[in-house]
Order: sequence, then C-alpha cells, then structure tokens
Amino acid sequence: MPDGPVIELTRMHRPPGLARAALIVARKDLAVEWRTRSALFSALVFSILSITIFFFAWDPTAVPAADLAPGVLWTIFTFSGLLGLHRSFGAEHAERAIDALLSAPVDREAIYLGKALANLAFVLVVQAVAVPAVILLYNLPVSGIVLPLAGITVLAAIGLVSVGTLFGSMAVNTRLAELLLPMLALPFFVPVVVPAAQATARLLNGRPPSEIFAWIKLLLAFDLVFVTACAIAFPYTLED
Amino acid sequence: MPPSGNAARAPSRVHRPVLDWTFWAAAALTCATFVRAVAFTPVEATQGPAQKIFYVHLPAAWVAFLAFFIVALTSAIYLWLRDERLDLVAASSAEVGVVFTTVVLVTGPLWGRPVWGTWWTWDARLTSTLFLWLIYLGYLVLRGAVDDRAMRARFSAVLGILGALLIPFIHLSVYLFRTLHPMPIVGKPGRPNLPSEMLTTLLLALASFTLLYAAMLRARYRLAVQRAALEQEGAD
Repeated sequence: MPDGPVIELTRMHRPPGLARAALIVARKDLAVEWRTRSALFSALVFSILSITIFFFAWDPTAVPAADLAPGVLWTIFTFSGLLGLHRSFGAEHAERAIDALLSAPVDREAIYLGKALANLAFVLVVQAVAVPAVILLYNLPVSGIVLPLAGITVLAAIGLVSVGTLFGSMAVNTRLAELLLPMLALPFFVPVVVPAAQATARLLNGRPPSEIFAWIKLLLAFDLVFVTACAIAFPYTLED
Repeated sequence: MPPSGNAARAPSRVHRPVLDWTFWAAAALTCATFVRAVAFTPVEATQGPAQKIFYVHLPAAWVAFLAFFIVALTSAIYLWLRDERLDLVAASSAEVGVVFTTVVLVTGPLWGRPVWGTWWTWDARLTSTLFLWLIYLGYLVLRGAVDDRAMRARFSAVLGILGALLIPFIHLSVYLFRTLHPMPIVGKPGRPNLPSEMLTTLLLALASFTLLYAAMLRARYRLAVQRAALEQEGAD
C-alpha cells in the first residue's frame, strides 16, 4: 500500500493527456535541435545547393521556369525531409535516451505524435526558406499563389512526417540504420509528391481552383489515412 | 519437454524435403497450361503470337497481388496473436510474391514493346506494380537487417500492412495522370469478350499459377521453419 507522501506525489504529477504529452515531447525534440541547429542548417544548405544544381541540370531558358519549379521544389522537399527524419530517432538511440522516454507515464501514441510534430516543425522551417528561394531564383509570379502554396506545403509535410517518423523509429533499430530509411520511406512519398507537384504546377500555370482542389483532396485523404495508421502502428516499432 | 510459453509457439525443427509433391504437381500443371496456351489456343487476330504472353502475365499479376494480400493479412493477425508461424508465412509469401512480381515486370515490357510500341509507360497499373515490387524488396531488406526475431516480426508486420495501404494511393495518384493499360476483361459485368477457348486457357493459367503460388509458399515456409529452428539452436 502506498503511504501518504507517495499519494501526494502522484497527485501532483498526474501523467499528462495525449495532446499535452505530445506537445512536451515535441518541445523537448525542438529544444535539443535548437541547441545545435546542426540538422536544421545542413537541411537548409542542402536545399539551397539543390536549387542551384537543378538550375544547371535543366536549362530554364529551354523549359519555362513555371514548369520546372514544381519538380525542383518537391524533389528538394522529399530529400531535405529525409535529412530531418533520420535525426529524430538517431539522437534517442545513440545514448539510449529512448529508454527514459519509454518509461515516461504517457501513451506511446503521444510519443509518436510529439516526434511527428517536431519533425513537422523542422520540415516546415526548411520549406519556409526553400519555397521563397525557388520563387525568387526561378522568377516565379508571386501574386495569388503564396497562401495556396503554403496550404499545399503544410498538407504534404503532414503526409511526409507521418510515414517518415514511423520508419525513422524502425530504421534506427536495424543494422542498416540511415541507409534503410530512404528505401522504406520513399515509396510512401509518391502519393504525397505527385499531388503536391501537380497542384503546384496548376497553381503556377493559373489553372482553375477546381483542378487544384482535386489533387488537394488526394493529399488530405493520404494524411488522414496515414496519420491514423502510423499512430496505431508506432507502438509496435518500440521495444516491449 | 513440457510445452510452455514461447516454446509451444516456436516452430519445431523438421527434416522434410523443402520441395515436395505439391510443388512438382503445380509445376507440371503450369507446364501443361503453357502447352495448351501455345499449341491449342487460337492466335489472336491483331496481336499475333505476341498475345500468348498474356497467359503468363495476367496470372502472375494476380498471384503477385494475392501474395501481398496474404502478407498484409498474416501481418495484421501476427500483431494481434503474436504467433511466430504467421510471421514466417508473411515472410514466405513476400518472397514468393517478389518472384511473381518480377515475372509481371519482365513479361509486361516484352509484351508492351510489340503491341503498344513502348517498353514502359507510367500508367497506373504499371506504376503500382513497380512500387509493389519496390516496397516488398524493401520488406525483405528490412527483415535481413534486424537480428532480434520478435522485433523483425513486428517491424515487417508494420511494413506489410502499410504497404498494402499504400498501393491504392499510388494507383489513384498515377491514375489521375493518365492511363493506357486495357481495362479488366474477365470480371467485367456482362459477357466476357474473350473467345471461350482463350478464356478456358486463361482460367487454367490462373488456377495453375495459384496452385504454384500455394506450393511455393508451402516450400518456402518449410524452409523458414527450419531456418528459425537453426537460429534458435544458435541462440541457445
């Protein structure tokens, strides 16, 4: 039987609910990343470098910039996203910090949601630099595309991190570690990148909103299905 | 030894030949179907002899998707019951499925070149079959990269289920692009437009390929059981 002081303690430190626990995990991850900012900087530099490489790989004087930009944007999105995803569980695994996280009195779904939220913030910060850089360097028209493009980016980022966080957790426990993550995750990025690139291309070419919305519905459906499925599957990727 | 806990669930070591009569019977039936397809089924009027590859391509595609359905199903039941045998069935089915998917991906371009005039096109069915192949190659690599058996089983079960969820999304996203592949010609409402002799050959090919899949799955499962027993011996 627990005696007085113990009851007092549990009353004071009641385990947080799912949303609060997820926010705490996300804050921890972002604080750890913010201290060094090493992954963030490497992803940002990678994005800018990729834009310049793509610029010289496909001659923008031969192909209109508006036709090139979606491909460039979403290729960079995919690969810079992978850079951040590997960091998410690599740090936990290195010093067995994951054990402390797992012994916390919170649902494992909350750990997944927290990790995914931190990864989402990471991807969105990188995109907040990469998207304007593509617009600027490819001389794209800015009027009327900023808000819809931001919306597409957020939806695509949710899809990318939902699957990526789950596979990051799996890959870090394998012998191949970072080599396995792209192999597992890239097929799952196809239904994210295809609608995102198509919607962006239609946006840049001034197509009617109904055409763009058809692709956005597909992104929404992917996000719904895979956020749910991955949150359910995540506890199975952790040690019992 | 009294069966207790995990020991009761662990597959026992058996020394039986991996390829038994079921495999040879299925292989013989498949060969007989090919003889019928080549020698005793009429040549298609517009495509000529090239159409004969249809009797390999379509049944192989059916088995490929069946195999990966079995992977997803046994994976889901594994996460529920945690019986190692289910994991071994899923692993065996994935490996056999990769073989049949490879057959689809090889016979498709061989047929597409003379008939469509191109080896490959980014059509919804072609793309989803290619990704089916890539996901399950990843599945096999993942299995090879995890040493702990319980963890390997859980990880591959998660991938097996998510992979099956992904295929419809890839299909839909590419379908919205454009599509060139012919629509289904058998399960269509109304009269099938295949001549009855061709239809018989096709149904025979479907049946023999399904039996071949079952026999290969059985053989591969036996191998997996023996391998698991060896691993267990090494661990003890």
